Amino acid sequence: MRLTLRIWRQSTKDDGRLVDYRLDDVSEDMSFLEVLDVLNEELILAGDEPVAFDHDCREGICGMCGMMINGVAHGPERATTACQLHMRHFADGATITVEPWRAKPFPVVRDLVVDRSALDRIIEAGGYISAPTGSAPDAHAVAVPKPDADTAFESAACIGCGACVAACPNGSGMLFTAAKITHLGVLPQGQPERDSRVLDMVRAHDDLGFGGCTNTGECTAVCPKGVPLDSIGRLNRDLLRASLRPRR
Amino acid sequence: MAVSGVALLLFVVAHMVGNLKVFLGPESMDGYGRWLRSIGSALLGNEGVLWVLRIGLVVMIVLHMTAAIQLARRARAARPESYRARRPVQGSYAARTMRWGGVIIVLFVVYHLLDLTVGVLNPHGVHGEIYRNVTADFQLWYVTLAYTVAVLALGLHIRHGIWSALQTLGVSSARVVQTAALGFAVFICVGYLSVPFAVFFGLVR
Ligand code: HEM
Ligand code: FES
Repeated sequence: MRLTLRIWRQSTKDDGRLVDYRLDDVSEDMSFLEVLDVLNEELILAGDEPVAFDHDCREGICGMCGMMINGVAHGPERATTACQLHMRHFADGATITVEPWRAKPFPVVRDLVVDRSALDRIIEAGGYISAPTGSAPDAHAVAVPKPDADTAFESAACIGCGACVAACPNGSGMLFTAAKITHLGVLPQGQPERDSRVLDMVRAHDDLGFGGCTNTGECTAVCPKGVPLDSIGRLNRDLLRASLRPRR
Repeated sequence: MAVSGVALLLFVVAHMVGNLKVFLGPESMDGYGRWLRSIGSALLGNEGVLWVLRIGLVVMIVLHMTAAIQLARRARAARPESYRARRPVQGSYAARTMRWGGVIIVLFVVYHLLDLTVGVLNPHGVHGEIYRNVTADFQLWYVTLAYTVAVLALGLHIRHGIWSALQTLGVSSARVVQTAALGFAVFICVGYLSVPFAVFFGLVR
């Protein structure tokens, strides 16, 4: 395949621009990141600066590899991370625009790499349970109904890649936050901190400069793990209830 | 946003029911107008309660717009640098046009008040002769067109609005709520559009 990659290059705060790169021999079995690897080898041989991009597992589970591909977070395939996206989904001769996630709380570090630690700040605000550590408890010590376990798991599948924020027209991180609220809030272990968790995480989310959710649903559509929009309804329910109750 | 939206929706439903009195003839429609002005007149005088309702409506509109402006400003602040290439995947047309759709509806309401409440833009424009004012309006194609556009904009607005409001108030079954919202929006559109179209095509004169 012949491709033109139109990639966002940025090394200081405001020198960002799109640069075109031609690749003449791309296999359609390559993943999107492998194409970037090939491009970078060429750039290095030519003495140019390689394109910086984040990646780690390359098997769709770490959440590092997010980027906007042709205006869609993680590219055109549903429920697929950029590292799992294969070139057969693109037409020969295509021009593909690649940009970093764009959101105030995700400053660009370089090229396609953004700093997503704002998501860690949201977790620190309440995305945990307090429990004594030590040896692991028996798996059946606390019974969890199967439907609850399934709901929790759907949300626990979130890999924190930030695609929901990147795709949201409001730059909101509500799907990420709601995934954590749902994951912990439907399990027995999450009950003691359920109220304070939702209040603190939503406040942290807002304070970090994420936008407000208007339920447009772009987030779920691009989520590589398919975290459902229902989780946001659940977050809102918990938030309403926690706000109406005296804080403990 | 959700709470003021629900209040406005209640008005929209009540108003639609009132409009349908056109089909019962001039007496019913004009009598309804007189009744509206007379509610609670023993306590607050003629139009007293009506003004309370009007003020409540204006307060809700202001709250609704304030919330919308706050959300829009937060959204702009959250993405200072926009994408060079951007393709919406899911966001329904209704969801994407909430802000401009809302502006269109407000502009329509201003025109509509001058037309049918104040009467200055109405081709008949006689106070109290509501039926004649309405029928005079919709014999004109451009008035019918303006109302049709506004009602369709309202339909899109409440289609996304109902579902989004319920989700904000903690209902968490997106599929069911979205379908119900769509059904309700169609119901509202049909109810509102029946009047201008019935007049325009001569079924009501
Ligand atoms: C085709 C559809 C419509 C018709 C035939 C219609 C008809 C009327 C009439 C006859 C009045 C005056 C009632 C009176 O003087 O007692 C009125 C008032 C009003 N209408 Fe409509 N209307 C329509 C659609 C809408 C829509 C879509 C909205 C807004 C979403 C709206 C908002 C209002 C408001 C705010 C008033 C003023 C109420 C007041 O304070 O007196 N109308 N309408
Ligand atoms: S590199 Fe780990 S998810 Fe793509």
